[in-house]
Amino acid sequence: MKKSVLTVAGVAALGAMAVSAGAATLDTVKGRGKLICGVSLATPGFAAPDDKGRMTGFDADICRSIAVAVFGDGDKVDFVPTNINTRFQAVQSGEVDVLSRQTTLTYTREASLGLDFGPTVFYDGQGLMVAKSLGVASAKELQDAAICTLPGTTTAQNLSDFFRTLGAKFELVVFESPDENRAAFFGGRCQAISSDRSDLASIRAVANNPDDYILLPETISKEPLAPAVRQNDSAWRDIVSWSVWMLMAAEEKGITQANVDEKLKSEDPEIQRMLGVTDELGPMLGLDKKWGYNIIKSVGNYGEVFERNMGQGTRLGMTRGPNTQWNAGGLLYAPPIR
Amino acid sequence: MTLFYDKRFRAWFYQFCAVGIVLIAGWLMFATVSDNLAKQNIATGFGYLDRQAGFIISETTIPYQETDTIGRALLVGIANTVKVSLLAAILGTIIGLLVGIGRMSRNPLLQRLMLSYVEALRNVPLLLYLFLWYAILLVALPPVKEALELAPHVYLSNSGLVLPSLTFEKGAVFLRWAVILGIIAAFFIRRTALHRRVETGQPNHGGLVAFFALVGPVLALVLLGGVAITWEVPEAGRFRITGGLHIRPEFVALLVGLSLSVSASVAEIVRAGIQAINKGQWEAAAALGLQRGRVMRLVILPQALRLMVPPLTNIYLTVFKNSSLAIAIGYPDLVMVSNTVMNQTGQAIETIAIFMAVYLGLSVAISLFMNWYNGRVALTER
Repeated sequence: MKKSVLTVAGVAALGAMAVSAGAATLDTVKGRGKLICGVSLATPGFAAPDDKGRMTGFDADICRSIAVAVFGDGDKVDFVPTNINTRFQAVQSGEVDVLSRQTTLTYTREASLGLDFGPTVFYDGQGLMVAKSLGVASAKELQDAAICTLPGTTTAQNLSDFFRTLGAKFELVVFESPDENRAAFFGGRCQAISSDRSDLASIRAVANNPDDYILLPETISKEPLAPAVRQNDSAWRDIVSWSVWMLMAAEEKGITQANVDEKLKSEDPEIQRMLGVTDELGPMLGLDKKWGYNIIKSVGNYGEVFERNMGQGTRLGMTRGPNTQWNAGGLLYAPPIR
Repeated sequence: MTLFYDKRFRAWFYQFCAVGIVLIAGWLMFATVSDNLAKQNIATGFGYLDRQAGFIISETTIPYQETDTIGRALLVGIANTVKVSLLAAILGTIIGLLVGIGRMSRNPLLQRLMLSYVEALRNVPLLLYLFLWYAILLVALPPVKEALELAPHVYLSNSGLVLPSLTFEKGAVFLRWAVILGIIAAFFIRRTALHRRVETGQPNHGGLVAFFALVGPVLALVLLGGVAITWEVPEAGRFRITGGLHIRPEFVALLVGLSLSVSASVAEIVRAGIQAINKGQWEAAAALGLQRGRVMRLVILPQALRLMVPPLTNIYLTVFKNSSLAIAIGYPDLVMVSNTVMNQTGQAIETIAIFMAVYLGLSVAISLFMNWYNGRVALTER
């Protein structure tokens, strides 16, 4: 009897304690001395530990850029692998400061999940991959096929929509874990596997013989991948956004990890502002004066981040596609830094 | 103040306080959560259940299509969970009974074999077995293009087993009633026959009559032409075999995994139940001239059953909850559908609340049923 009363009191206290983490994220991060960044569960190219245990990948480098902007040090970041179903709760509850996890920016997510998205870091689209031996050239031929996928709106629903408009039926096999999903596809349970094209490239890279598989040409949805932060903390969102834009602007201006010291002497006024040579732009966001220089020095520019993690030289072997600069016909368009 | 020294009043007072604190704590938690969600601009409420689901579920126990509501999709998940746990409980109990009796065999080979069966299944996590059965199904069976044709129109491949299915053109309702009627009639005939046999001590043909009562109505209906059926025959499409009845490997792997895990636990309960019966019962039955098999069936098992019912309740509750491991191997149970819904709507708290309520409700229902059954078979002691 006494025991149960005590338990109840404990539960009540816990309930009262669970108040919202409403403090400004920048202060929290600075106070902690570390950025906590939510990333994917081992997805080569986006976020996966290398053989030394260091987290590498495109999403991981986005996290590093933000950490560099805040601390001037790309190692001051803790990576938290997040599950596809609990990733938004991780941001909402303040468990992670930013979610950089191949997450598609959609209306419902921004409007109803208590989230704000930063700029699109990767323009992706959902595709389908099949074994070459299947002899299929188009997704439209996949009538009645079994398709393996992970649970989630933007995959399961897009497939349903795509085949519904064709008036075709298909069998959907949904797996919770990416490993089981891959295993079922490679094991022949499904004729096709569907996910974002970048993710498919990542899956293909781990096949015994990647050349046995092809991505079908159709892109059945738009998937702009963007980092997400908690809603109503504009100062923090600004820092995330401009860290991303700094990567893009650096590529546009031809500043690389290698030549950034040289560029300090550049006559271009925008480069001078970006690198903190003139004007004190950093402190406006509560950052160091040389935040831009620091990002490029330790992470590189957008193109370098892309090529290092998923470009032609890697197992993923992806081309830039729409992820090229606006003046080269792509979609990357960083607002002016002035 | 003297009131407080009254034992009864004090007991009531404490109970009242405890309940009050529980209610206040519950309300506080609820209020805090809703308040925080509102502060963070996260949508709340159960209105999303009426929105269109928009995703397909390949394995459905009740009719469903992607234009149905999210609430309906969750119902499909519940039906799938109930289907697989119910079948696993039944299959597991039958296998477990046989294994448990085998454990008590006087043949050392059989006894050791059953022992290793039980130990191997009980001492490895079920999740690993599910991965194992599923992997075996995928690897051992040929891809769908080289599907084995076991019998005409019966195909086996790593996409599952496809059988011709029955559709009723007419008489489906009559047939259902004929079956129900048959079962009821057979039940009562058998009971009366047994009763008479106990009273008179004379054997009678109650079993045979009951059997005819069981199949009679159905047979009559079919012979009189009250039922017309057509077979839907599966056809090999370009990628898949379509049409007919499709038993998927995800379902089979889950059913096998759950059934075997149940059977190992049931076997131990059966063994314990049998061993708990006094040796004198064996000897008395043997003295009457009964053979060992009949002693087991007529004397020992009926007595052991009463002892077995309470622990069996536990096993059935466990299998029902363990069915949520389905998510690992792609069987669309309640948890899997809930996950997709959560991902789509972002309303995790409500969806988790629903599936917890469903598990709780069904678990309590199983417990109540087993307690009722236990009350019926338990020895009435005065």
